Amino acid sequence: MRNIWIIWRKEWRSYFVSPIAYLLLTMFALIFGFFFWNALGYFVLMGMESQMRGQMFPMNLNEEVIRPLLSNASVIGLFFIPMITMRLFAEEKRTGTIELLATSPVRDLEIIIGKWLAAMTLYATMLLFTALNFAFLFKYGNPDWKPLAIGYLGLLLQAGGLLAIGTFISTLTRNQIIAGAATFGVCLLLWVLEWVSGYETATWAKVLSYMSVITHFESFSKGVLDTKDAIFYLTVIFVGLFFTSRSMESLRWRS
Amino acid sequence: MITVKDLTKKYARTIAVDHVSFEVQKGQIVGFLGPNGAGKTTTMRMLTCFLPPTSGSATVAGFDVLEQPLEVKKRIGYLPETPPLYPEMETAEYLKFVGRLKGLSGSDVNKRVDYVCERCAVADVKTKLLGKLSKGYRQRVGLAQAIIHNPDVLILDEPTAGLDPKQINETRELIRGLAGDHTIILSTHILPEVEQTCQQVIIINKGKLVATDSVQNLQARARGAESVLVEIAGRNGSLDLSVVQKKLEQIRGISRVQYKTSHANRNVFEIESQKGFVRGDLARAVVEAGWDLNELRPAAMSLEEIFLQLTGEEAAQEVAAKGAN
Repeated sequence: MRNIWIIWRKEWRSYFVSPIAYLLLTMFALIFGFFFWNALGYFVLMGMESQMRGQMFPMNLNEEVIRPLLSNASVIGLFFIPMITMRLFAEEKRTGTIELLATSPVRDLEIIIGKWLAAMTLYATMLLFTALNFAFLFKYGNPDWKPLAIGYLGLLLQAGGLLAIGTFISTLTRNQIIAGAATFGVCLLLWVLEWVSGYETATWAKVLSYMSVITHFESFSKGVLDTKDAIFYLTVIFVGLFFTSRSMESLRWRS
Repeated sequence: MITVKDLTKKYARTIAVDHVSFEVQKGQIVGFLGPNGAGKTTTMRMLTCFLPPTSGSATVAGFDVLEQPLEVKKRIGYLPETPPLYPEMETAEYLKFVGRLKGLSGSDVNKRVDYVCERCAVADVKTKLLGKLSKGYRQRVGLAQAIIHNPDVLILDEPTAGLDPKQINETRELIRGLAGDHTIILSTHILPEVEQTCQQVIIINKGKLVATDSVQNLQARARGAESVLVEIAGRNGSLDLSVVQKKLEQIRGISRVQYKTSHANRNVFEIESQKGFVRGDLARAVVEAGWDLNELRPAAMSLEEIFLQLTGEEAAQEVAAKGAN
């Protein structure tokens, strides 16, 4: 436990001594803010239209603002995750510091979890900034907070899975760029897999679309905590970290 | 303190380390010697539990590297070939991180950091970024990192590589100073380093153990055939070399005479001698023949020559090539 904390602290700090953390936080906040502004503008327009026609549509902040925004956040996340994970192991391999970690009285798993948790914390911090936008909704409107909380949980779980995959890919190379590009490719693929369900209903298409991380975010964005989807994400996290530990082990046998 | 038995490491096609066995006693400094690619680093990596051996066993402080790696790692300080530094960290911060990683508690860490900074002469760069340090400082921070948790065993992979002569001396001093508290294995391909710092030498070549002995014994062993350099000059400036050669060869106990150089009219012969050779005989013979004896000195065999004898021709060429550069 203590070792995980030591590793976490080192990783967390190294995010902030380089511009990467500030860059990611700023870009994510900016892009999300833009989406928020758009969604709200559209919502206000709809509200005015419904008033002018004299008939009151049921307007719901949760359904019309929060839900699409959460879906958007999950997609933007895919683009940011490679930048969070690419240096985790690749950089240690390049500079040789991996030898320090591997010859310290620390278990591989503690190193991996420490690093993954640091990546998770950075992503969570990015999400924290988006919460500022929602705070305005609560000030001037009256949305339900529970679906929002579940949506955030979904975002964290989804990112957890992708970050675990990114961590794994980072152990495969000593080049950050390659790690980042490969992770980006995998993230993108896991997103677009869902598209096959649009034109095909055969079993293989169902399997493919089931593997898409976006499919499983549906329920979370609606504010429904579906155990099936939560377990899918937890499985991805587990498998990703397991592969990472295997890869670290094989690093020793190969290098 | 360290026991290595039949340690072997195989890669897909090559055998990096081939059935190497040796022992290191507590408190000793052992030089691990071999040409580049001999398997020094691989052996050290196996001792530090970075690489698992293919077969054979190694124990450090009584713990097996395969069975109880965490216990071994707690007792080992390791300086890899390139010091494992994080360029974005400050020296003190880095040492604190390593200290905690090696299991020091919060209050101990600060004390140890101060101590090793003092010991390794890096106190003046405590708040500098590691990425901005010069090579010598980086190496010393690497050493500080290795001793931060006061380990029983220190494993140093080419600790003086890439340093300037002054820094090399300082680093050697430092290593000698550490010897009392720690058992040290240091690898190198620089021979004087071993002669100056180590008590024992382990020589490996192409993955195989070639010799393991104390420095004095090795030198004595190779001095079985002592050679002498003698500089002779003719009285009137001219000297018939073949006559000298013949004359010298007649002296009792001399097995071979070789003309070495005539550099600026200095004629130097290298003489290989056997038992029963008396230098006085040589001196007298030269003087009686009417020549001047300008110099007569034993060519002490350096570890370098021993090393070349033991590791054979190929290594000799390698060293020669390096010397030419």
